[in-house]
Amino acid sequence: MSNKRYVARSTAIAARVLGDETMVMSAVNSTLFTLDEVATVIWESADGATPLEDIVTNKICTQYDIAPEIALKDAEGLVEGLAEHGLVVLSDKPITQPTTSHGVNK
Amino acid sequence: MPGVTAAPQHSTVVVEIGGVPIRLRSGDPAFIRLVQDRYVGYVGYSEGASFEFDVELIPPGVAFGDGDVQVTSDSGRWLMRRGDFHAEMDLSTARGRIKQTINPYSLDSVLRIMHTLLLARNGGFLLHSASAIRNGRAFLFSGVSGAGKTTMARLAPPDAALLTDEISYVTLQDDRYMAVGTPFFGELARVGENLRAPIECVYLLAKGPENKIEPLVGGAAVRGLLGNILFFARDLEFVKLVFDAAVEFANRIPIRRLTFVPDSRVWELIV
Repeated sequence: MSNKRYVARSTAIAARVLGDETMVMSAVNSTLFTLDEVATVIWESADGATPLEDIVTNKICTQYDIAPEIALKDAEGLVEGLAEHGLVVLSDKPITQPTTSHGVNK
Repeated sequence: MPGVTAAPQHSTVVVEIGGVPIRLRSGDPAFIRLVQDRYVGYVGYSEGASFEFDVELIPPGVAFGDGDVQVTSDSGRWLMRRGDFHAEMDLSTARGRIKQTINPYSLDSVLRIMHTLLLARNGGFLLHSASAIRNGRAFLFSGVSGAGKTTMARLAPPDAALLTDEISYVTLQDDRYMAVGTPFFGELARVGENLRAPIECVYLLAKGPENKIEPLVGGAAVRGLLGNILFFARDLEFVKLVFDAAVEFANRIPIRRLTFVPDSRVWELIV
């Protein structure tokens, strides 16, 4: 049984990469968020089709000197935080539809 | 009476800010006079207007729900509501109505909201800032209440034309960012000069022990700017427009932090 997690950027946001960071504004409450360099890598890879574990393995661990299990734990914490603010949607299946809702898709 | 001519009574008045004429109709001459006085330098009576509001004056004490501003769009209509007013604008006809008591503050808010919505569609915005023209260029001094906007306005030298001490009007004209005078004032209680000039720089204000200017770039510049842009509507389209406008502006116009001692020497840096 797979326990992979998929993450997709919400469509109810405005976002722009500026240098090494990403500015994200929620259309729900106009709150502005800033993602650092590592979070930006995950954000840009959050296409709903790539498992989070693969993003961490292929995009984070190849660029940064960090143990895969620690990187995955940090990444899970990040995307759960983003999901709480409605910036991404999480699912245990690939996400193919545009997403605007808060929280976790099951 | 011979030798005495009554002042003409108008039932409409046009308030033109940033080159956008908005006509206000009211059957109450006292309200028209109030508008004429409040927006002196920005009023006219021409036939042409981009938008028209019928103003229905309601008795004092009537309120519309809670006090927070709510701005929504619905099928081509903008709905604007606060405890002291209820307004709507039909974009297809460019006509709308305002319900409010006879006071200048409600209308002021409706006009500010209208201009934020109109500017957003053109890459512009209203910014919490004082602004002034010096040597043909506009300088904006931005910050929250208490940051020093009115102080900078009060300290402005005689050769500076003050556009506002509270709300700056930023618009794109021929692909250049321009600052335009507004009648929206703060503690200075004085309407700005109805002038415009290309924007040279935005200073984010901070009071400190010495005068100092530091450049802000990237995310810091955008954060500083977005924190001071007037923002009312919460729908996705508007959020994206304002966000993109702020990013684009910060890419093209220098954003700097101005730490200053509140005396006239700070203006020696503004050239």
